[in-house]
Amino acid sequence: MFQNVGEMVILFWSTLLALPATWRQRQKVSDQFFEIGNASLLMVCILSFFIGGVIALQTGPLLVERGLGSYVGGVVGFSICKELAPVMMSILIAGRIGSAMAAEIGSMRVYQEIDALRTMNISPIHYLVLPRLVAIALALPLLVTFAILVGWLGGALVCVANDHIAISFAAFFSALRDTVNVQDVANGVFKSFAFALIIATVSCHQGLITRGGPRGIGRSVTKAVVNSIVLIVFSDYLLTRILLK
Amino acid sequence: MTSTPSHPGGVSVRVRGLRKAFAGQEVLAGLDFDVQPGEIFVIMGPSGSGKTVLLKHLIGLEEPDAGEILIAGKPVRSPEVMSQYRMAMVFQSGALLNSLTVGENVGLYLAEHRLKSPEEIARIVTEKLEVVGLKGTEERMPSDLSGGMKKRVAIARALVIEPQLILYDEPTSELDPLSSVVIAEEIVNLKQRIQVTSLVVSHDRDLAFGVADRIAVINKGRILTIGTPDEVRRNPDPLVEQFLHASFKRL
Repeated sequence: MFQNVGEMVILFWSTLLALPATWRQRQKVSDQFFEIGNASLLMVCILSFFIGGVIALQTGPLLVERGLGSYVGGVVGFSICKELAPVMMSILIAGRIGSAMAAEIGSMRVYQEIDALRTMNISPIHYLVLPRLVAIALALPLLVTFAILVGWLGGALVCVANDHIAISFAAFFSALRDTVNVQDVANGVFKSFAFALIIATVSCHQGLITRGGPRGIGRSVTKAVVNSIVLIVFSDYLLTRILLK
Repeated sequence: MTSTPSHPGGVSVRVRGLRKAFAGQEVLAGLDFDVQPGEIFVIMGPSGSGKTVLLKHLIGLEEPDAGEILIAGKPVRSPEVMSQYRMAMVFQSGALLNSLTVGENVGLYLAEHRLKSPEEIARIVTEKLEVVGLKGTEERMPSDLSGGMKKRVAIARALVIEPQLILYDEPTSELDPLSSVVIAEEIVNLKQRIQVTSLVVSHDRDLAFGVADRIAVINKGRILTIGTPDEVRRNPDPLVEQFLHASFKRL
């Protein structure tokens, strides 16, 4: 375990050192960026819409019952932008994109494609890891921003449509504006940026250390997703503590 | 292990006391041999005798536990070798990048190192594919190719580097006899055309005796014999004899 952590830190550091080569790899970055967007946008919309709806459904009647209906927009908006959107979308991306990264790099490792790159003096970090890390670091914050907006919309629609809540659109967003400020949204987006680095590093690392044929690829994919989720949740706590100060 | 062309012709290879073990099991048990510039040196041996591991050491993909490998007198993993000499390896599976077309695979080295313009790369790719008899396959994907075609594409990819040392890992395995002859001819042609030093790992006796200037037979990580094809044929070592003459008839 500690060896894996050490290797991941080294991989991340090596990728950071390779950042000046990003422009040279821009085509691969843009390919990866659009793949991440294409593969995830619809799922992000559906997931965040219903998360917003569920939060409104759970908290709305309780708050309205106690005469705190004017806080529903704030509660929904705050919880979505600071916690639910960054964490849930990152977990979705870890499952959808992290697994694909681990599988692709893992199969390249198993079928000697990475060895072939090295014999041509092409660094796997420049060629494979850097474009993926940069693409996901750009794409995930954008997806999370989108998810926040869709989540708020989902919450608002449920508040309007549900008879037990019955808060107008304008009242919902007015409460949201009073409670949530730009800093809160920025915190959520910043968290998603950190989670993106975790997903890319963990998934690429698992791919690069894959051994033993198709079964090994399967193992790497599982580990990439599980380790990413564990690290996302763990670092979420740390980041929340830091950002609260 | 590549850079801009600077040393025409092949390079010498010197291996001394090369040892490697995986999980306590010794795979290379102290190998010593020399390969002369421009020579075709074939390493034969049964499966699991350490041939592929040896090749990976020679191109710097593996680090030895002990011993040294010198390319033109310099350690294989030294910056001088990395910057001054060009080495290529043709993998047993071809190891083509499945997400790239044949043309992109062949031109990958030039494109990634920005050594030529896209137009020049396209011209060179066509030229190298023609050399291996695969002109017109630039837009095809590796998954559309047969095993033999993949190996020939891998050779074309190696040729683009203009190597001074080329390593072949089982170049004729899984190939029909006709494709094997084409590959064998290509290995010899390359030597004649660019005086490249060639190291071929194989257990294909026809290939070995057909193309080799010298042959080494290894077993369990040790060299049993080294010599010209005639010398190896006459070697009285029972293990060598057994390996060279094993056939279904004897079974």
